[in-house]
Amino acid sequence: MIQYIAIILFVLGLYGLLVNRNSIKMIISLNIMEIGLNLFIISIGFVYDGIAPIITSSAGSGGLIFVDPLPQALVLTAIVIGVGTTALALAIAKSIYVKHNSFDLNEVEETV
Amino acid sequence: MKNLFALFGSLLLALGIILALNNNTLFPSFGEADLTERVSGEYLTQDEIDALGSANIVTSIVVGYRGFDTLGEVTVLFISSLGVALLLGTSAKQKRLELNFKPNFMLRVGSRALFGFILLTGIYIILHGHLTPGGGFPGGVMIASAILLLYLADDQFRAKIKGFKILESISGSLYVIVGLLGMLLATYFLQNFLPVGTAGDLLSAGVIPVIYILIGLKVGSEISGIIDNFLTEEEAK
Amino acid sequence: MFDIISLVIGVLLLVIAFLAINSKKLIQAVLFLSALSMLSVVAFVMMKAPDVAITEAVIGSGLVTSLFVFTLLSVRKGETK
Repeated sequence: MIQYIAIILFVLGLYGLLVNRNSIKMIISLNIMEIGLNLFIISIGFVYDGIAPIITSSAGSGGLIFVDPLPQALVLTAIVIGVGTTALALAIAKSIYVKHNSFDLNEVEETV
Repeated sequence: MKNLFALFGSLLLALGIILALNNNTLFPSFGEADLTERVSGEYLTQDEIDALGSANIVTSIVVGYRGFDTLGEVTVLFISSLGVALLLGTSAKQKRLELNFKPNFMLRVGSRALFGFILLTGIYIILHGHLTPGGGFPGGVMIASAILLLYLADDQFRAKIKGFKILESISGSLYVIVGLLGMLLATYFLQNFLPVGTAGDLLSAGVIPVIYILIGLKVGSEISGIIDNFLTEEEAK
Repeated sequence: MFDIISLVIGVLLLVIAFLAINSKKLIQAVLFLSALSMLSVVAFVMMKAPDVAITEAVIGSGLVTSLFVFTLLSVRKGETK
């Protein structure tokens, strides 16, 4: 169920990226795509009746069913890189506003 | 017209992805993943956990087995912070952005009390990265959130950005130097060369807490630099 | 129990994402993005991933929302001049 929601969230973000012309709305749609993608990657590793991959008692890990830890490590990296991308995109949008006085990308004219 | 094309294209993409993954033999259904056929089955055996010594298995994957990918991620954060500083910073003297609202005296003084608690939580989460969930990345962002609180509560506050930049460069270089020490004292880059205790102690897991402390300091000072670049402007002559 | 909670959270996620894309004011869209981030933390905890949940909670609520608001503040500053 969560996997269907994640795919629809990803496609919603892509639709928002295609339709909006305001640069802040485009960055928001990019973030929605990233949230949907991270949800999908973690849902690949889920096991019913599994526990979180942390050793809590000194009895060791024999006989316990764990959730897959590898997709969680990949999503940890992906979230931090998403922050870097968003920060740089917002700096570019602010520079465009200071120069052309509008966030709308249709009104920004390039003079080559 | 363009909106209609975008709508049909997105619906077609969603339908395509769902139909391709629905009854596929190569893609297990939700919750039925079999860990013995994946590579994670080897990370979860008791021998591997004793060999690396960290109780948090996600930490041992991020810093131990895939430590080189974390070095790449730290590089990507460095590039984005460099880009923001190039776009929004000026070489002239800078002052804080002039906004419409002015915080009052209570806010300015009371936020200094909260600053210590947030900093302490961030340092705790960095230091216990190999025992509890968390690690270097959320801990570093918590330290930057404490600095963000000081920026929001006082409109004449500027952190010592020069000190932060030096701290960030030193932490980044020390990460590579720890990796090269692994190559000198043991066999390959970023190998564990400190003694591995038993899983569950504070001083265990070899070089993993050292790397997480360096990552936490680097991420915290980078994000503080980004916030300072967003809130300052050039001093008008 | 797991299915009921995941269904409720999933429908809320889709509704808030749709509102964030189709809102008129920019500050409303930013606040909907922050709410979406917080709901996704609940979904991460349900799928037994505490590391990812802590990272997304700290970054989604504190950092990304404040960067958006700082960018939008410079617009208002330009309007009053």
